[in-house]
Formats: sequence, structure tokens, C-alpha cells
Amino acid sequence: MNLIKVNNLNLSIHEKEILKGLSFEGKAGEILGIIGESGSGKSMTANSIIKLLPFGSSVTGEIILQNKNLLETSEEEMCTIRGRDIGFIFQEPMTALNPLKTIGEQVSEVIRIHKKINKFDALNSAATILDRVGLPQTDFPSTRYPFELSGGQRQRVVIAMAIAIKPKLIIADEPSTALDVTTQAKLIKLLKKLVIEDNICLIMITHDLSVIAEMADKIIIMRNGEIVERGKINILKNGLKNDYSKNLLKASNYKSKNLNKKISNQTLLKVDNISRHYSDNSFRFFGEKKVFKAVKNVSFSINYNENVGLVGESGCGKSTITRAILGLDPIINGKIILEGDEIKASNVSKNIRKKLQVVFQDPYGSFNPRHNVLKLISEPLYLEQSQISDYEKLNIVKELLERVGLNAEDHKKFIHEFSGGQRQRIAIARSLILKPKLIILDEAVSALDVSIRAQILDLLVELSESYGLSYLFISHDLSLVKSITSRVLVMKSGQIVESGNTKDIFNSPSHAYTKSLIASSPNLESSLRRLT
Amino acid sequence: MMPLLKNKNLSNLSFSFWVGSICVLFVFLLAIVSFFWTPYDVTSLEISNRFKTPSYNHFLGTDHFGRDILSMIMVGTQTSIAVAMVAVGIGILFGLPLGLIAAAKRGTFFDDLVMRFNDLIFAFPALIIAILITAVLGPGAFNAIIAIGIFNIPVFARVARGAALTQWSKEYILAAQVSGKGTILISIEHIIPNILNLLIVQATIQFSLGILAEAALSYVGLGAQPPIPSLGRMLADSQTMISIAPHMAIFPGLFIVITVLGLNLMGDGLRDYFDPKLKVSNS
Amino acid sequence: MLEYFFRRVVTLFFTLVFASIIIFVSLEIIPGDPASYMLGINAQEDTVIALKKELGLDKPKFERYLIWVKGMLIGDFGVSYTYRSPVIEMVGERLWVSLPLAIYALLLSTIIALPVGIFAAANRGKILDFSIMGFTQIGIAIPNFWFAMLLVYLFAIILRWFSAGGFAGWEDGIILGLKSLTLPAIALALPQASILARVMRSSLIDILSEDFMKTARAKGLSFKKALISHGIRNALIPVLTIIGLQFSFLMAGAIIIENVFFLPGLGRLIFQSIAQRDIIVVESVIMLLVFSVVLVTFIVDIAYVIVDPRLRSSIL
Repeated sequence: MNLIKVNNLNLSIHEKEILKGLSFEGKAGEILGIIGESGSGKSMTANSIIKLLPFGSSVTGEIILQNKNLLETSEEEMCTIRGRDIGFIFQEPMTALNPLKTIGEQVSEVIRIHKKINKFDALNSAATILDRVGLPQTDFPSTRYPFELSGGQRQRVVIAMAIAIKPKLIIADEPSTALDVTTQAKLIKLLKKLVIEDNICLIMITHDLSVIAEMADKIIIMRNGEIVERGKINILKNGLKNDYSKNLLKASNYKSKNLNKKISNQTLLKVDNISRHYSDNSFRFFGEKKVFKAVKNVSFSINYNENVGLVGESGCGKSTITRAILGLDPIINGKIILEGDEIKASNVSKNIRKKLQVVFQDPYGSFNPRHNVLKLISEPLYLEQSQISDYEKLNIVKELLERVGLNAEDHKKFIHEFSGGQRQRIAIARSLILKPKLIILDEAVSALDVSIRAQILDLLVELSESYGLSYLFISHDLSLVKSITSRVLVMKSGQIVESGNTKDIFNSPSHAYTKSLIASSPNLESSLRRLT
Repeated sequence: MMPLLKNKNLSNLSFSFWVGSICVLFVFLLAIVSFFWTPYDVTSLEISNRFKTPSYNHFLGTDHFGRDILSMIMVGTQTSIAVAMVAVGIGILFGLPLGLIAAAKRGTFFDDLVMRFNDLIFAFPALIIAILITAVLGPGAFNAIIAIGIFNIPVFARVARGAALTQWSKEYILAAQVSGKGTILISIEHIIPNILNLLIVQATIQFSLGILAEAALSYVGLGAQPPIPSLGRMLADSQTMISIAPHMAIFPGLFIVITVLGLNLMGDGLRDYFDPKLKVSNS
Repeated sequence: MLEYFFRRVVTLFFTLVFASIIIFVSLEIIPGDPASYMLGINAQEDTVIALKKELGLDKPKFERYLIWVKGMLIGDFGVSYTYRSPVIEMVGERLWVSLPLAIYALLLSTIIALPVGIFAAANRGKILDFSIMGFTQIGIAIPNFWFAMLLVYLFAIILRWFSAGGFAGWEDGIILGLKSLTLPAIALALPQASILARVMRSSLIDILSEDFMKTARAKGLSFKKALISHGIRNALIPVLTIIGLQFSFLMAGAIIIENVFFLPGLGRLIFQSIAQRDIIVVESVIMLLVFSVVLVTFIVDIAYVIVDPRLRSSIL
């Protein structure tokens, strides 16, 4: 008996087709995974079920929940269904809670909307529910405000609201995407537990195939508002039919072509025992200044022609290291030496700068929107001592554009005319223009869809071989680091806790933190192996 | 402004923007025309012709000295526009660099100093500054400009700082720093072009506030002095005669409303145009 | 919390100190000294000196600044050069007109603007919203003193519901006093209410697109209920700042509006004193106005803490 059945669902917003003829169903006690890249319409599918759609939407088809067609239900009745029969978990835990109300108030509100119950009793049952999702009253009293909780804890509050009156259906829209891997692993575990205990049907929406492979019973793959593939979860292992889904699986399980580089044994960059503290600059009347030690006595080196990975969760000090190496922030002790020259934040010579470039995470914020691509890519030429003619500049840029897989004539365009993946190619072109020795890739592929990500990683591997580049590849995602680096550093709370050959660390991590990182990051390969 | 409009479609400008522009254009045209020609001479008194209601000879009637009200309004808008415009200029000239430097040196003592200075000036409403200045230097259009101008400085400093801070946190600024560019070059090449739209919107708002402030100052006698006509003083003059000649009060006021309304509509239209996100949430 | 409070108090203190310096310094550079002005051109030199001594004008500037500040701290604003009566009495009398007027207008503006703004936001995109926004655009563009003149023309001259000006005083009861402040307060409130309504609307619309509003809907709240229980309080935070700022505009506006209605408030006192070179009165009135503005900013800062729990403890 299906709990929810969606029949030929079509959605258009302002005459634009968003969803085309979706049909799927879910049973109680079952996890249905909906997979898709950005723009596939997966979130809109979720919004259609709870009928919270943007202005100008029109929906046709059937959404049948417990023998009732939600599309024919009045808004008034929908209010009684939302929260009572359907729970919803959002992607952004940082913003999903009302900042001005306590977590107890917010959880008890769900109960008070749907049941006749006094405030005190509602708060009491809210406390029980919070306890159930792993926020015991002893450590997290329900009088806490959201800002007093971490992202993972807030997401638990959101889950508590979703399960508060045991709805039969829960929709989770990218619930773990904004979280660190270790937190993500715990949340997935919690969700799985709740599905079994409450006999829930969970619709899990995500872009991450490895998360789905780990928890779902059934899977739907979406693209451009259509379902391109569906079936039991084991179709991932044996029998994807559609080319797009095959590609997606391959890209999610990315393995680079073998790194074919001769690593020199000469040191290019030496980071020697550096530290960086941030202190609260403002004057305080009471108490001591808070000092935050972002980086504590970190040392490592990178050789010529070597790709080194730096892995850690958010806030571990990765970005501080990037900024220090680029000479943008001062360090309080230690030295950073590039080819024998010390990098000092106060005064980095053009000569040093030329050897060092960077590619950032955000494909949108990395470019001045008012400059054309020619100007964007040629910006580092400012460091060139000799004057370069405009004609020469144009030729260099054209050549680079083709080198990174774009069209030479793209130099006239502005950045908003490109997709995320294309922008990252432009960023790479910009970093290559001075033929640097070292490129820092600061989460350079993290914001991209998996299939695009695979292409960019291929490009990076190929460029590092042909230009003889060294990379410092910074990421929170272990699996990415694995594929393109030969050595890896694991960082936690400002310190490097483990370093060594990439393969060795993956196969036999020695530090407890590394172990937990590897254990909690969703591993597509092993999940697939488990499938029958 | 043209580079901002590049790559954008002018038809995206809202209806209210066009209504506003027409109002502003109309007032500006009248002010410009008045440099060369007015229906009557604003200095010629003709007592026999006083308190005339609007007619074919005097479109907007005459005042208690028999002067043509339309002519006086035309010349008066000159003063309004000039005062407000120069005051905006002063605000940008001092406020923009202050804001830019504060943003570039964010978190330092200098930044703090600029912000505290802003707060201090905010404690003095424009009118109080004007009273202070008038008490020191005596009334006049020039002093009105200074008073409104001083009030504009912290406004632009704050807007520039806030907008620049957002830009400084973006990665393209890091990319420019990695390309060896210094603070000043980055501020000029990257920051200013990207906060220009906000500054333009703020300038239209401050312009309209300037018109209102000038009117208020000259109404209480702190603005332009006779014989220079000003809308505010025309209103002050009409006050005691409102029961016998209401048209003397109505038309100059209506002109202020048209100017300010036009500027505000333009500013709103530009903001929606520059920031499509706002437009979506408005519709 | 305590830290935050102290910080605000210190800011308040320094703002007042700097403001008093600015006021004192700018007024002290005025050409012509009050004593000669009061006695006329033909005065004997020793009479001038005697008067200077009497007024305390012979002392060094710095000392006079200290005397002035010290006096204000204990409520002694000095003696008017022109009227020889204590400034505090003159100001106190006028303050009882200007301050009630500004507060009356602030209340009117807030009471009208907030519901209108909320209503417009809740109906955004509909004709009602467009017409409300159109009205507020016009409201902002109207100079308050001109609006005041139109009100006088309509309600005092044509309809004769109110008197055209003057102040009934508080002695004959609050109602009469309030009645004579009603037209001025309406004139002051209209432009501010228009601004406030727009701020309320856009702030609420911003909040409506926040994720937690969607969470509220997903819990089963209707649009209206979500708006009331989650939207408004969050939207009030930026509105609070504007209300604080408006008080300073209203105090300044009151000075102008007093002219239209012939109200015996601070505005008329200050213009009179400037004309008579009664510097000590000008200084005191300006200081008082600045003080009221700074004080309101301070109150708004403290009010934030009540509205926003993030401030309550993050600045512990």
C-alpha cells in the first residue's frame, strides 16, 4: 500500500516548465532518494508536495497522500496537513529557525498548531522530542536560542519539528549538504533510525549519490524536470540504463587518470612552524580579550611538481593558511619560504607573487562582474615588469581560453554569461597566465555539480602535468583529495594531525580524527559493494 | 552611469522610473529656461496687479506685490536644485573617500574613528547644523549648502563603507590582491565601479532630501535671502495671506512635491533596476 | 549584556562631550560679542566691561566652557544675556511644547505606519499595495510645513474645526493642550509615517523570503499566522532604528512647524536668541536637542537587546 503516490505531476512557473510528468510513489518505512544536479527540479518536487510554491506557479496531475489528492485540497486544509501528515527538513539549518524564538518554543509550536494542548504540556513534549533527536535537556535546555547552537544541532531541531507529531511522510531537502562530513554522518544515522522507529516514508532529496547509496531503498534520478531513471537502489550497481545517470555515477565515483608526474625532491614551498591568532580587536571593559588560535605551529613543505592535499572541516584553519601563503595576512611566528624567498605579508615582491596563484571556491564571487573576460584573465599581468602590448595580451588570453577548454572569442564576454563550470575554467586560466610554480586550489571544485566537477578535475590533472605545476589542493572533501594528490595533510583545530602519502593515509589512517573523517565521509564505492 | 547600463535592457526600467524622470526633467527644464527667459521679470513689482488668481496672463497668479508666481517658481527651482546638487556633491566628495578608506582599513582604529565621527554628526539633525552655521555665518544660500552638505557626508560615508565591505569580502578582491594590486588601485578599479549603483541611488535620495531641506531652511529664513527667489520663502510669505490668496501657498508647494516625488520615483526605479532581487520580492 | 550596556553609556557620554565642544567652539567664533551688542553702539567702554564681567564673558574661553558644562550637569544653564532670567526656566517652558509635539507626532506616525506597512506587505503585488505605496511616495515628497499650511487652510480657515495657531497651554487640561498640538502633530507625522510604512513593508517582505518563514508554513501555519507569529517581530528590528532616527527629524521638524502654528516652542526661542545674540540660550537649546537625539539613540540600542536575544548574550 503506497503512502504517497504522485501521478503525472507537471509544474510551470510563469509559463516556464519546471517539472514534466513526474510519477513516483513511496511506502511507509521506506527511504526514497531523489537525485539531481542543480536545476533538475528536485527541490520544486518537494515544494509541490507540500504546496508551498512561488507566486505564479501552476500545477497539474495528482499527489495522493493517504487517499487524498493534495492538489485538490484547499489551502485551509493544507495547513492542517503540513506538519501533521508531512514533515519537512530544509537544507540550510543556519537560517531555517526563527532567530528570536527559543528552540523549545519552536518545536512546541508544531504541537500547538495541530493539537489542543496547553503551552506548558507542549513545551514538555517538545523537550522529549528534542531529547529523541539527540539534544538532551541537560546539555541543550529548550530555552536555548538557535544562535547558541551549531549547524548540526540546529538541523536536529529542524528534524525535531518535522517529527514532532509523527507524520507518516517526511521530506528532507538536502538536509546534510551544508554540514561537515562527521556531522552529516551522524544526521544520516539519526534519520535512518527515525524511519525505522516511526515507520516513516522518507523522501530524501540530494545531489550526492554517495549519501543516497548509503541510505535509500529506492532511487529516482532527475534531470531538467524529468525522471530519467528509477528503480530499487541496487540499479546503481547493476543496470543503469540512461546515459546521463551512467555518467553521473561515474563522475560521482571520480577517479583521475593516473597521475603521471615526476615529483622533484627539491622543495618549492616551505611552511615552517607558522601560527596565526585572531583577537577581538574592540576594547572591552570586562574580562579578557578573546583570542582565537586559528593556526597553531603548522609546518609542511611542497616540492616542485607535487600535488599536496590539505583536508579539514570548516573552521579548521585551512583558509587562514591560504591567506598566509598568499601573503595577505600576517603570521605571528614562523616563516613561509618560496624558492628561497620569505613571504612576508607586509611586503610581497612582484617576483614572488608571480610564482604563486590561486583558484577560489565561489565561481560567482571570484570575478569583477563589470570586467570582460580579457581583463579578468589578464589581471595578474599587472605583476609583469615589462609592458605588454594589448595585442600580445589578447593573444595570450585567447590561447589560454582554448587551453582550458573555452572558445578563444569568449574574451569579449562578461562573467554572467558563463555557467559555474565555465567560470572555474576562466579562474584557472587567470591563475595560469603568469606560468606560476604553485597554484593554491581553495575548495576550487566544491561548489560545482558532480559531472562538471569531474571535468574540471580532469583539466587540473592534465594542466599540472603539462605545465609542471605544484598544487596545494584544499578541500573539506576527502574523496576529491584522494583522486588528484600524492600527499595529504589532515588538519583539525588549527593543527596538522596527520600527514603522509595519500594512499597510505586512506588505507591505514593512524590519527583518530583521520579515522573518523574517513569513516564518516560517504563512500560510494563501499556502499555500492554492499548492494546486492 | 552609461557603463552601468551596458549589457542591461533599458526596458527593464520600471514605469515609476519613467514617471519620475518626466517629473524631474520637467522641473529641470523650467529651471534651465528661467536662466534665459521667464514670463515676467521677478523683480518688477506691480502692486495694482496683486493677489491675481491664475489666469491666461498669469498662469499661476500673482503674489502680494503683483509678481508673477510662475516666474518666481521657475527662478526659485534654480536655487533649490543648485543647493541640493552641490550639497550632494559635498557629501560624495568627502563621504565616499572616508567610507572607502574605512572599508579598506576595516577593523582598525581609523575605521572606528570614521564610524564614531559619523555617529557624532548624526546626532545633529541637518536643521540644527544649519542653525549653528547661520548663527555663526549668518543666513544665506551658501550656508544652507554647507549645512546640508555636512549632513550628507556621514550618509555617503556609511553607504560607501557598507557597500565596499561587501565587495572586500568577495573573492575577486583576493584575486586582485594576489595579482599584486594595492588598496588604492583596488578601491578605484574594483570597488568604486561595483558600488556605483548604490551611490547613484543614494545620491537621488539625498538630492530629494536636499530639496526638502533647502525649502525648510529658506522657509524659516535661513536659506537664500531676498531678492533671490526661493520656494521656501514664497511659502513663508504666503502664510499670512493664505485665507485671501491660497494659490500663493499651493503652487510653490506643489512644485516641491513634484520635484521630490520625481527624484524619489527615479531612485526607486534605479534601485529595482540595479538589484533585480529586490524587484522579484516586490512583485 | 552588562558590557554592551556600559559600551553604550560610554558612547553616549563621549558623543555628548564632543557635541558640547563642537557647539561651544562654533558659537564662540561668532564675530561681535554679546555685551556690546546688548548695550548698543554708543555704550561706554567701561559699561561694556562691567557687563562682560557680570555675564562671565571676561574669563578665558576654556574656563567658560567648563563652567557651562558643569552648570548643565547640575541643571544650571546660566542666565540669558537678553532677558537676565535663568535659561533653564525659559527653555523648560518651551520644552513643554516642543517635546510633547515631537512625541505626539512620533506616536501618530508609528501607530499609523506599522499596520499600514504590515498590511501592504501581506498584500504585496496587489492593487491595494500599489495604492498604499503610491500614497506613501507622495507623503514623503510633501514638505511638512507646507502640509501644515494646507491643514490650517482646510481645518482652521474653511472648516473652523481647529484654531489657526497658538497654544492653549496645559493649565486648562491636557485635552485642550493636545487639541492645539493636533494639527501640528499630524503635519509632522505624515511624511515620517510614509517613510516608516515603507520601511516596515520592505523589512517584512525581506523576512517573508527567509527560510524560517517557510519552516513556519511547513509546520502548518497559514500565511497570516506565520506572518504574525514569526514575521513581524523579526521585521521590527530594522524598523526600530528608523523610529529612533525619526525622533531627531521630528524634533528638528517641530522647530519649523512651530512657525506655522505660532507655537511658543524651542524653535521660536532659538531664532529669537540668534537674532539677539543671546548665545548662551542658543548653546543650551542646541545642546538640549542634541541630547534628546542621542538619548533616543541610546534607548533604541537598549531596545534592540529586548527584541533580539542574539544581542542579549553574544555581547555578554
